[in-house]
Amino acid sequence: MFPHASGIFTMAALAAALAFPATVTAEGAGEGEVNLYSARQENLIKPLLDDFTRDTGIQVNLLTGKADELLQRLRLEGRNSPADVLITVDAGNLHQAKEAGVLAAIESQVLNENIPESFRDPEGQWYGLSMRARPILYNKAEVDPSELSTYEALTEAQWKGRICIRSSSNIYNQSMVASIIASEGAEAAQDWANGIVSNMARPPQGGDRDQIRAAAAGVCDIAIANTYYLGAMLAGDDTAQREAAEQMGVFFPNQEDRGTHVNISGAGVTAHAPNRDNGIRLVEYLTGEDAQRWYAEVNQEYPVRPDVPASEILSGFGDFKADDLNLSLLGVHNAEAVRIMDRAGWR
Amino acid sequence: MEHTVTSKARRSRTPGLFPRGRPGAWPIVSGLVALVLALPVLVIFAHVFLPAGDVWVHLRQTLLGEYVRNSLLLLFGVGVGVLVIGIPVAWLVSVCEFPGRRIFQWALMLPLAMPAYIIAYTYTGMLDFTGPVQALIRDITGLGYGQYWFPEIRSLTGAMLMLTLVLYPYVYLLTRAAFLEQSVCVLEVSRTLGSGPYSGFLRVALPLARPAVIAGLTLALMEVLADYGTVAYFGIATFTTGIFRTWYGLADPGAAAQLAAVLLSFVFILILLERWSRMRARFHHTSSRYSTLPRYQLRGWKAAAAVAACLIPVLLGFLVPAAQLTIWALRTTEQWLNPDFAGLVLNTFYLAALAAVIAVILALVLAYARRMEGGLITGLAVRVAGMGYAVPGTVIAIGVMLPFAWFDNTLDGFMRMHFGISTGLLLSGTLAALLFAYAVRFLAVSLQTVEAGLGKIKPSMDDAARSLGMRPLATLTRVHLPIMRGTLLTALLLVFVDVLKELPATLILRPFDFNTLAVRAFELAGDERLAESSSAALAIVLVGLLPVILISLTIERSRPGQTQRARARKRRTDDAPLALPAGAQAS
Repeated sequence: MFPHASGIFTMAALAAALAFPATVTAEGAGEGEVNLYSARQENLIKPLLDDFTRDTGIQVNLLTGKADELLQRLRLEGRNSPADVLITVDAGNLHQAKEAGVLAAIESQVLNENIPESFRDPEGQWYGLSMRARPILYNKAEVDPSELSTYEALTEAQWKGRICIRSSSNIYNQSMVASIIASEGAEAAQDWANGIVSNMARPPQGGDRDQIRAAAAGVCDIAIANTYYLGAMLAGDDTAQREAAEQMGVFFPNQEDRGTHVNISGAGVTAHAPNRDNGIRLVEYLTGEDAQRWYAEVNQEYPVRPDVPASEILSGFGDFKADDLNLSLLGVHNAEAVRIMDRAGWR
Repeated sequence: MEHTVTSKARRSRTPGLFPRGRPGAWPIVSGLVALVLALPVLVIFAHVFLPAGDVWVHLRQTLLGEYVRNSLLLLFGVGVGVLVIGIPVAWLVSVCEFPGRRIFQWALMLPLAMPAYIIAYTYTGMLDFTGPVQALIRDITGLGYGQYWFPEIRSLTGAMLMLTLVLYPYVYLLTRAAFLEQSVCVLEVSRTLGSGPYSGFLRVALPLARPAVIAGLTLALMEVLADYGTVAYFGIATFTTGIFRTWYGLADPGAAAQLAAVLLSFVFILILLERWSRMRARFHHTSSRYSTLPRYQLRGWKAAAAVAACLIPVLLGFLVPAAQLTIWALRTTEQWLNPDFAGLVLNTFYLAALAAVIAVILALVLAYARRMEGGLITGLAVRVAGMGYAVPGTVIAIGVMLPFAWFDNTLDGFMRMHFGISTGLLLSGTLAALLFAYAVRFLAVSLQTVEAGLGKIKPSMDDAARSLGMRPLATLTRVHLPIMRGTLLTALLLVFVDVLKELPATLILRPFDFNTLAVRAFELAGDERLAESSSAALAIVLVGLLPVILISLTIERSRPGQTQRARARKRRTDDAPLALPAGAQAS
């Protein structure tokens, strides 16, 4: 009798649960709604969405996930996809979305004014929302910044056993190698990857914060990690992490040539968006002054708008010349980058 | 012993393509159910025929060897680990008596509620070079990096340990259920024939429990193959990480599916080996007389050893990581102590309960159909569907999305063309799609458990019931279900806890604005915000705790002997007024 009794009970729950998405849809009827697929996780976007709803009356329905998978879902759902906007945290993914034909070109005066040209798709299919750099972080007790110059110089013998960097499965490393392929060619990228692997202090493991903590603790002297991780460690409540981050210095490499590798998070309106206008309004809102300031202060990212200042912590890292490579190229060279790292034995 | 408890394989008849005899509704329904459930795995298999470019050449030159080696080593290490922990503790709490036994019998299941990636994150936070343990060692000794030896947690061995700690409960749970369901006559006979506790265990109880042990082991190993979070975090290249890398990094779904197919063939071999090893002997209890066996009373060092053997897995697999999570969660109360969080807990609970009930009902239908001489197609479809457990959740999710989206879009296209209306997405993006994915992914869990339980019921029971005019459904509900109540509860519990922890399929298939605890925990932990993720991780553990305890108690009470004895006691009291005068007359 056991399965039957709970079966009936839970069937009721199923019915209620299935009705759930429908009620959400009905609620946003006032000014309409907008459906968002976001690779940026909930707690790093929800407050902004709530502000958007408060200001415009437009209800936002949110689905978070990994960029690759959201893109996969978007493709399969095809023209019936409910999604209006796709947000990713890497330019490579934006490029892949464009290639897959799931994004629509939009014409927006506001977006063109807010976002510098290098941070948006030339055809208007995607727009950058925030920027992060991937500089060289060094343990101030062990390394004098005058020893540092370029990413390429890290492959020299003096850095043997002194570098911490995460796995090549990570999109940030893939994009970084892709940027080298784009500007210096595949052969140079292969040499670089080989050199980095032979100078690693340990097999790649953990995330960016782990690399920073390892360098601070003396496992290695150099960590390669995104700026917002260091910023968040400095701004956070965790004493141990803050102390570790404080031991690290930030060096922006390649200032004499192409500039430091940067990447963006960005958004695009989908090709079959049922609420296209609301989608455009949402993207515009995310490039607005308030939203840009929120990214800077809460997540320690560089605003894409030149008129919005970076956070105090990021400003403390100093100004730098960013690689002005067309960011679509990161997506173009992604698969090649993975192969290069495979061949280099970069785990 | 062989004569008392085994009946040689009755099914020497080879099953035909279709069931023999008059095809009732049961085989047709179950065949359809099996085919639908097999669909996602078949969809993935179909990708094998996509052109794979030169990726295979590249993989062979670079990482393929490592994928194979690491996956096999991991399987072997975890396999040995779960057996070495799971079987002895199951035996100890089932037939011995020692201090704390009543607590251990449910506490040993607790690690089940720990998602593998969470335990990996937690131990890394504690034990790696920058963690508090090593920092303390450095403070005390004054040594620096590389000047002292400390085991590297983020290694293949570390991954084996982490996975063993959270997966041994599968073996423990199923083996214990088998020990409890063993007809006591067998054990009594073995004792009268001079078996001591050790030989009784090795020569009688363990061989009898073998189907359950193997079922538990198979589940654990399939979960190892499907694990992504732990190996990815530890930087170990296995088939799972390889599939992801090939699919997304190298942008080659064809080659990724072919890797997945290789992984599935591992599983297939695993299952075949298990079938083959059991081919010649099926174990059924021919006696249905049960009574409670007096437990072996352990004293002195033996009792201490038993306590230690039970305590260590609970300590390492649950108490230590849970304590660490609690410390982190208390540090971040202001971030999660809100009504939203309660909603998250309820969401997760209902979803898991619903999925568990569905998976167990489906498993019953399928297992029972096979018992009734199901056709070859049903049997094969059931096997294929059961393989979903070894496939990484993301891959299953794609296998679910593809046919659902195709159905939705085809229907929509048809309706638009002929009636000018759009039906949109009917199934994609609904909870139904998610529940279907759970059913596919966790069918193996419920199926293995239910089949193990059903297999122990001798077929002559079915024949007797049928000869008394019971239809198949009545036989199932009135004969089999009451006997295997413990097994069913075990299956419910396993699926429930698995769904609580499930992440990848939930992440990609869930509807808008719908989150579970696992999603919350992962989003934060994946962004290296371990402390913030701890509240959700801890809640998974706590939500899993309640049913673990409840069901464990019910399983123990479900031991056939228990109810019979209780009934016998009742009868004795009922009979007392009559018996007394009789006795009085005699004296």
